Amino acid sequence: MISLYLPGQSWLHRCSVRLKLFSLAVASLLIFPISDPRLLGVVLIVVVALYGSLGPQGLRQLKALKPLASLVAIIFLLHVVAGSWLEGVTAVLRLVAMVLLANLVSITTRMDDMMEAVMTLFAPLKVFGMSPRKPALAVTLVLRFAPVLLSVYSSLREAYQARCGKRTSWRLMAPFLLQSLAMSENVAEALSARGGADGLRQDKA
Amino acid sequence: MMNDRSLVQIAFYAALIAALGLLPKVAIPVMGGVPITAQTLGVMLAGVMLGPVRGALAVLLFLFLVAVGAPLLAGGRGGLGVFASPSVGFLIGWPIGAFVAGLIMQTTGTLRVLPAAAIAASVGGIGIVYLIGIPGVAFMADLPLVSAAIGSAAYIPGDLIKVAITAVVAETVARGLPRALLSRA
Repeated sequence: MISLYLPGQSWLHRCSVRLKLFSLAVASLLIFPISDPRLLGVVLIVVVALYGSLGPQGLRQLKALKPLASLVAIIFLLHVVAGSWLEGVTAVLRLVAMVLLANLVSITTRMDDMMEAVMTLFAPLKVFGMSPRKPALAVTLVLRFAPVLLSVYSSLREAYQARCGKRTSWRLMAPFLLQSLAMSENVAEALSARGGADGLRQDKA
Repeated sequence: MMNDRSLVQIAFYAALIAALGLLPKVAIPVMGGVPITAQTLGVMLAGVMLGPVRGALAVLLFLFLVAVGAPLLAGGRGGLGVFASPSVGFLIGWPIGAFVAGLIMQTTGTLRVLPAAAIAASVGGIGIVYLIGIPGVAFMADLPLVSAAIGSAAYIPGDLIKVAITAVVAETVARGLPRALLSRA
């Protein structure tokens, strides 16, 4: 499955996940109240320098900002309309710095490690008599379902295009959901037949 | 409550939200240049089809995957960065919106599926999501509420189309595969 992770051996890659997440939380809390655009400019330069410390392919990861561009432009425009372009600059600098900083943790941490760090949060589920393995199974199911759903949709789309010449239509949504729901029912039955989600745990015990 | 079937269905709708974000501009006409993602369609469907608890869990599962670094939000966005972006309020609004949509489906049990789903998707998928999303934009981008609301309003026409699709799809599923409509089961 696709992931944001950028393989590498930099110092940030070697940092522990928990330390990175904790530093990110602290840094975000510190950056958010800053309202001096000059100070925010310095913060942004530091963040970009952190990307630079990953090497040239690190700087290329600044592309994470691209999907944000139109949103940032709208926010800046709304500030200008509301009367202060300087406030607009401040808000945009702050947003860009915070998004880039959070993204930095994501690109330097393997998805497995991140998941493991967060999975400990599910431990209290035991209190409610629910296996903490269930979220893990659910995650696996999502990662497997997503490409299957895409292929169900694309085969429907091809058939539609062959019939009508048009590329796609909202009319495909209902058959798409019906077909893929029927498939998911089969998956549920197969899971139950193999002892169910809890069966996995009993086997190990 | 959390039997195998529920677990699979929760994962299914989380995957559906992901797939709807990956599909190239699904089925939904683009309004006036504003890019419309189908992902909120998935959020509405999750609430309407699964009911409050399972619907909200499906959305939370999806957001969990995004947070740990899967670029599943429309436009290939993902990771912790999106939770620092101005749209974070909308993301927080999604599971709550799905919960409310599911609750409406359950409590309107005697109403036909088509109108019930339309009401559920508008209140949960638009009302609640914007109720949380707009203050989120205002807070993160340091804007007055009114400006944030104006900036977000551009997406409402697209969302209304998604409400219509949700209602039609829910009605179709209620006829074709009634047991899949867990909110009414």
